[in-house]
Amino acid sequence: MLFVLCLLPAIWIGSTMLQHPDPVDYLLEQTGLWTLRMLLLTLAVTPLRKLTGWHGAVRLRRLLGLYAFFYSVLHFSTYLVFDQSLDLPSVVADVIDRPFIAVGFVAFVMMIPLAATSTNKMIKRLGGQRWQRLHQLVYLIGIAGALHFWWLAQSKADIREPFIYALILAVLLLMRHPPIMQRLQALRAR
Amino acid sequence: MLIKRPSNILASEITNEADYINRRQFMQHAITASLTASIAVAAPCLLSTSALAVETPSDAFPQLKKGSEFNTTEELTGYDDATSYNNFYEFGTGKSDPARYAKSLTTRPWSIEVEGECEQAGNIDIEDIFKLFTMEERIYRLRCVEGWSMVIPWIGFPLGDLLKRFKPTANAKYVEFVTLERPKEMVGQQRNILDWPYVEGLRMDEAMHPLTILSVGLYGKILPNQNGAPIRLVVPWKYGFKSIKSIVKIRFTEKQPVSTWMEAGPQEYGFYSNVNPEVPHPRWSQARERRIGDFFKRDTLMFNGYADQVAELYSGMDLRKFY
Repeated sequence: MLFVLCLLPAIWIGSTMLQHPDPVDYLLEQTGLWTLRMLLLTLAVTPLRKLTGWHGAVRLRRLLGLYAFFYSVLHFSTYLVFDQSLDLPSVVADVIDRPFIAVGFVAFVMMIPLAATSTNKMIKRLGGQRWQRLHQLVYLIGIAGALHFWWLAQSKADIREPFIYALILAVLLLMRHPPIMQRLQALRAR
Repeated sequence: MLIKRPSNILASEITNEADYINRRQFMQHAITASLTASIAVAAPCLLSTSALAVETPSDAFPQLKKGSEFNTTEELTGYDDATSYNNFYEFGTGKSDPARYAKSLTTRPWSIEVEGECEQAGNIDIEDIFKLFTMEERIYRLRCVEGWSMVIPWIGFPLGDLLKRFKPTANAKYVEFVTLERPKEMVGQQRNILDWPYVEGLRMDEAMHPLTILSVGLYGKILPNQNGAPIRLVVPWKYGFKSIKSIVKIRFTEKQPVSTWMEAGPQEYGFYSNVNPEVPHPRWSQARERRIGDFFKRDTLMFNGYADQVAELYSGMDLRKFY
């Protein structure tokens, strides 16, 4: 069910892109936005579980995380193929010269090991604790992703949208701070 | 001044229209087919694309002078694309915002106030502009600083023809332009994303250059509001944002004007803003551009392909410093 739901944006983007005057720009923008949305949803799972006591939520986390990776692959491929015409030296120069590209690229690269170690087998092989430590990279990925969007939007002098994403991210990260979570749980118990 | 003709493109280099359309249809079909194979739902939407529709010009300008020596012979951008994909922050920062919100703009009555270093400061009414100047078609490339481009058949007249009527003095070294400020109708101005009203400027020789026009129409039609009605500047060798829209004031100045974008980001936007593939924007390269309708990028040309006409204006200047 959730699997199909998360796929819908991709279908919608693919089917409407040719109606846009600049389909590549549209594709880049939408796949980027959905990467960030999926990341935020992934990061929302744990606070949700702690607040509601609904432990089944954890099962959604892997799927959401993998979908974040799926959209980031689409995003990065669009950049690679259409924006850079697969010109690797130009990609390297772009990543080095431009902080906003660099930070997005780093976020993408950090997602690769997380996606690769998402199977039950890998969790077992790494051992729960090591696996968990590795997967804490997702916090950095979230921050890098939000920053990537923020720096991009600065050129357009309009940062309302990235601000909203950064705010949600900040809330989700703060909720992981034990004293804050305890207070929230206490509020809920009342 | 020596005016050179634009660099000639061999007839053999021009993609004929049938091939051009075939390629596009091929791509659409290819995408449709691959998507239908996996997701049957998606197919119907794919066939409706605005990109193929090029409307036949109406006769809003019956006396239009055609065949300018400056015209490019490249394939025109579709009318629908040129009028629905716009940067006009007065109506919002999204590309489709201007087409959506600019209908509310009233463009009559309208006049341009001309002031500053000139002998005959005064107002000129838009109706008089239509009567006084011979309108001609100018098919120009338009290169946006964001990295996309279009080919647009503008209708207008040389800016210099209008400026001369006001007799600029020897002190007039620059020309400053100001857009209308009317937040009630220009919804984007209700927020302070830029310091309204929008201001742009040109050096006097740039302003008097025959390539520089004031435009009142495109594709044979009256200029749509989202494209800067009723009158806008078109400077084809500079990034699009220099071509200020919906002009209400022109001022001759001795000092170089500070444009809105220079104020918003001095490291990112300079006064000249000439199209230059060798000088990158701090956040992206300017070496290539995507022509609207294409999937892959093409090389950006120095001065947007108008180097033969305008390079001499900047001889001896370090274009990295004067970006």
